[in-house]
Amino acid sequence: MTVTQFVIASAVLFSIGVYGVLVRRSAVMVLMSVELILNSVNINLVAFGALHDNIAGEVFALFVITVAAAEVGVGLALVLLIFRNRKNINIHEVDLMKG
Amino acid sequence: MTTLNWGSISSMLVLFGTAILVVTVASLIKSSKKDLLVQVMTALGGLGGLAAVIIYWHRVSSDGAKLSFADTVRIDHLALFIIGVISSIVFLSALTLKSFFAREKLFRAVTTEIYVLILLSATGGAIMASANDLIVLFMGLEVLSLAAYILAASNIRKAQSQESGMKYFVIGAFASGFFLYGIALIYGATGSTKLAQISQKLVSGAFVDDGFLLGGIALFLVGLLFKVSAVPFHVWTPDVYEGAPSPFVAFMSSAVKVAGFVALIRVLGGALIESAADWQPIIYAVSIASMAVGTLAALVQTNVKRILAYSSIAHAGYILIGIQAATKDGFAASLWYLAIYAMLAFASFSIVAAREGAISGNSINDPNHIDNYRGLASKQPFLAVIFAILLLAQAGVPPTSGFYAKFSVISAVVDARSYPLAIVAMIIAVAAAFIYIRLLIVMFFTPADSSLLGGATMSKTAFSKTTSKTMSPITQLDASENSDATFDKWKKLGANKLNLAVLTLAAAFTIAMGVYPAPLLELAQSAAQSLV
Repeated sequence: MTVTQFVIASAVLFSIGVYGVLVRRSAVMVLMSVELILNSVNINLVAFGALHDNIAGEVFALFVITVAAAEVGVGLALVLLIFRNRKNINIHEVDLMKG
Repeated sequence: MTTLNWGSISSMLVLFGTAILVVTVASLIKSSKKDLLVQVMTALGGLGGLAAVIIYWHRVSSDGAKLSFADTVRIDHLALFIIGVISSIVFLSALTLKSFFAREKLFRAVTTEIYVLILLSATGGAIMASANDLIVLFMGLEVLSLAAYILAASNIRKAQSQESGMKYFVIGAFASGFFLYGIALIYGATGSTKLAQISQKLVSGAFVDDGFLLGGIALFLVGLLFKVSAVPFHVWTPDVYEGAPSPFVAFMSSAVKVAGFVALIRVLGGALIESAADWQPIIYAVSIASMAVGTLAALVQTNVKRILAYSSIAHAGYILIGIQAATKDGFAASLWYLAIYAMLAFASFSIVAAREGAISGNSINDPNHIDNYRGLASKQPFLAVIFAILLLAQAGVPPTSGFYAKFSVISAVVDARSYPLAIVAMIIAVAAAFIYIRLLIVMFFTPADSSLLGGATMSKTAFSKTTSKTMSPITQLDASENSDATFDKWKKLGANKLNLAVLTLAAAFTIAMGVYPAPLLELAQSAAQSLV
């Protein structure tokens, strides 16, 4: 059983996610990129779980899915708060504080 | 069958149970006494957590570390030490928050939620401190962080607070992603998420792939170094600390950071101690960078909250020195520094909060501008003296706790033969003194109505939403008149007595730990001994 393909797929997803967080302007897209990172972790965890033939990987993936949901809940609430105030969600413009 | 040893996690249960109890009771009671009741309950929750820690400390001393929940939770001296620090911070936060709620009308509707979030965040920290499994560590980190994001954004009408919450959230979630990816790779390399088994696999060399392990350690470190705001992962800290409401910054900069560091110590000092040679160079570089960048950047700031934020980055560098040593003494020194630092950071930001309370309500753009601390010694001598003690401790002046904290990490790293790191740390400690001396001069030797600092010119300002950069210096006469009037009003509320009591306690602790450090140091040493 080889995990190489899964690890590569996961690494690609992770890189796309990191790129999205760094480059995307819309806060919602940034949130989606964070989700992408977390899901790339899930692929890794499940693949490694199969490799080592133990269940910890699958269990961990379930926890990650749960936490990702909670994280998006808080994240969207914050996006909504910013949107009400500024009428857009471009996070590159959120720069009152610098230095 | 595994046993569920509920008693061993009693300190966590007390913090969590109090959070649930507070939210239940507050929804059932409509009386005007609700706020007081909720505050007292939160304070008792913090004290209860501390009491549970003290009871279990003795049990663990006699019976050894307690493993429960299928070995995923390990209650040892390290866990109890950190839970004790976090519970104390919860207790002190609950006391200081009263004066904050007394003057911030916006928060009166959500006092309960704030206390609950603080308790939940502390529970997350306690879970991290006692985690013996990477899954539990991650869950604790998320519980801790999610509550902290909301606290940062909780001043919902203020653009800075929203921005602070958003930045904290995006960076935090991003860091969690790295942290998780690192954990997944470590799991892939060793086949286990249990810290003890990872350590065994590393000792026996029976792991799958060296590349996975090294990549995992690197990404894991990136994630956690984000959380403890070490350079180069520090850029969010000054912005978040500046924008978030000050009393919550006091909590975030102490309890949240302590939890991040204990995760580092648990994993690096426990599970990954065999591959110390791999992570030591990273910590070495990050530690020097944090001390240097934190100190240099703090020197040029004009906002007191940002100065303290950068100084907390520099402190993170010092705490990492002890971890870099990778010896029991090093970890003990770091833990001891953590306890000292938690109190200093908490008290310093509480003073910022108290000072904000005394001057809010006039047309000052930035209540935390360093000009507002001018002549503090004549206006609020008590506050100024306590702040001076805390600043001297942060600078590492001998009769205070900060001196001994710095001394112990540096001597630990000298014992571990990392001489250049020790020399750099000492040189930077000298440079860092300027940050704190600058604030002391402003408070004690600058009259309130002159403009000796930074070529400040007098000009009236009317707009209320500007950054510290575009801020023009306030009219000092107006400010001092207004501030004294507001301060008197605030004083009449009687809310600041508790605040001053807490600050006095912090100052007393700071001096006591400098004069007689032995008891707490022994606790830190036995905490470090309990690392696997």
